[in-house]
Amino acid sequence: MLKAKLTKKLWHFNLDIEFELDAGILVLWGHSGAGKTTLLQCLAGLCKPSAGSILLNGRTLYSSVSRVNLPTRLRKVGYLFQDYALFPHLTVKQNVMYGLKNSRNHRQTKGPVDPLGLLNSFGVGHLLDRYPGQLSGGEQQRVALVRALAVQPELLLLDEPFSALDKKAKLKLRQELKALHTLWQIPFILVTHDEEDAGFMGDRILTLNQGVAVTGAMTPWSQHSTRPPATAIG
Amino acid sequence: MFVQLTDWFPVILSIKVALLAVTAVLITGLPLARLLARLEFPGKDMVEALLTLPMVLPPSVIGYGLLMLIGKNGLLGQTLSELGLSIIFTWWAAVLASTVVAFPLMYQSAKGAFQSVNINFEQAARTLGASEVKIFFTVTLPLAWPGILAGLVLSFARALGEFGATLMVAGNIPGQTQTIPLAIYFAVESGKEGTARTLVAIITVFSFLVIYWVNRWAKQKKYNLR
Repeated sequence: MLKAKLTKKLWHFNLDIEFELDAGILVLWGHSGAGKTTLLQCLAGLCKPSAGSILLNGRTLYSSVSRVNLPTRLRKVGYLFQDYALFPHLTVKQNVMYGLKNSRNHRQTKGPVDPLGLLNSFGVGHLLDRYPGQLSGGEQQRVALVRALAVQPELLLLDEPFSALDKKAKLKLRQELKALHTLWQIPFILVTHDEEDAGFMGDRILTLNQGVAVTGAMTPWSQHSTRPPATAIG
Repeated sequence: MFVQLTDWFPVILSIKVALLAVTAVLITGLPLARLLARLEFPGKDMVEALLTLPMVLPPSVIGYGLLMLIGKNGLLGQTLSELGLSIIFTWWAAVLASTVVAFPLMYQSAKGAFQSVNINFEQAARTLGASEVKIFFTVTLPLAWPGILAGLVLSFARALGEFGATLMVAGNIPGQTQTIPLAIYFAVESGKEGTARTLVAIITVFSFLVIYWVNRWAKQKKYNLR
């Protein structure tokens, strides 16, 4: 359960947003420069909000009132970067194991995750000894996803996960992410500027415009009684 | 055309001085470069200009400044003499002089190298639970390494060739503070052409080999990455 209420002064407008999320997929949709990535970074602790509070499963990650700003490494928030940010000097295997050696992740309450098994389930298990530079975009993304999941985050943030993929790879990955979410049952927050991706992926869609949420601008496909007309797919 | 070198002392001393200077430059330059690569604060330009100054000042000015510092009545010199120590006109003064002139080369190269590391790699490591120290040693340093190595080579070469400031603070005492550049100068002055030529050949070949090997190594490293 994620509860966030925060403001952040940006260069030309203020980000001002409040939402709650159980285990669903929340899509942040909006044009570039609407403050989507900034919001993700605030949740992950990579940038500091101006005021507000962030609670994840009862833990306070940030609170301007009680002056809490938990460092990123202690937040248990997974982050899939737009450019994947796989360490170029480490192999696929070393990338995926990187987080497991950190003290925070030694004592886990949940059962252990087998990162190598995860790689297999994503169809990239044969690439263990390759370097990121030798992988295709889709392969890099799957490896980055496994790396983020291997440390058992309580929240997964995905920044434009489809932007660097071709149409075919994108459709496949959308399905896989949906299935993954059903399996993991943790909240996902996914940033996209693509209407079709937003409609397909979201259990809920938050439309961001100039840093504030616009209600009812778009509804998830799952809430339509039938699939939307072709025009809506664009 | 070459004569047998009777006195190997300058060669050994030069290498010793340059290695120690590079070590000192690495220990001081790397943390400062890492800090200033990402940090912004008022007056940063001023600090950076000061850190780079030894690269552009004449060596005699550096030498004079160091004399003010470690001389008998210098700021540091007085404190040292109270402890019964004196580094002026010893080979430690040569190490100090080489360190000061080589520092900006290390600092500039390392800062550029740290800045060229995509910040997302460090951010990703943070989201994976890594501590800042671990991130520095497992992500930032390996990715910045080629640039740091370039800085090491440049500062080593600069330290090996240091002449002006060294002459002023360490003097030219054969068998004690006489490095290769000093030995060459005084060999030429006193007409020992053969000694000068031999030393010139040694320092040229040695410097060439170091730079050649490092360039090759850095190239191979790059191929491994992609």
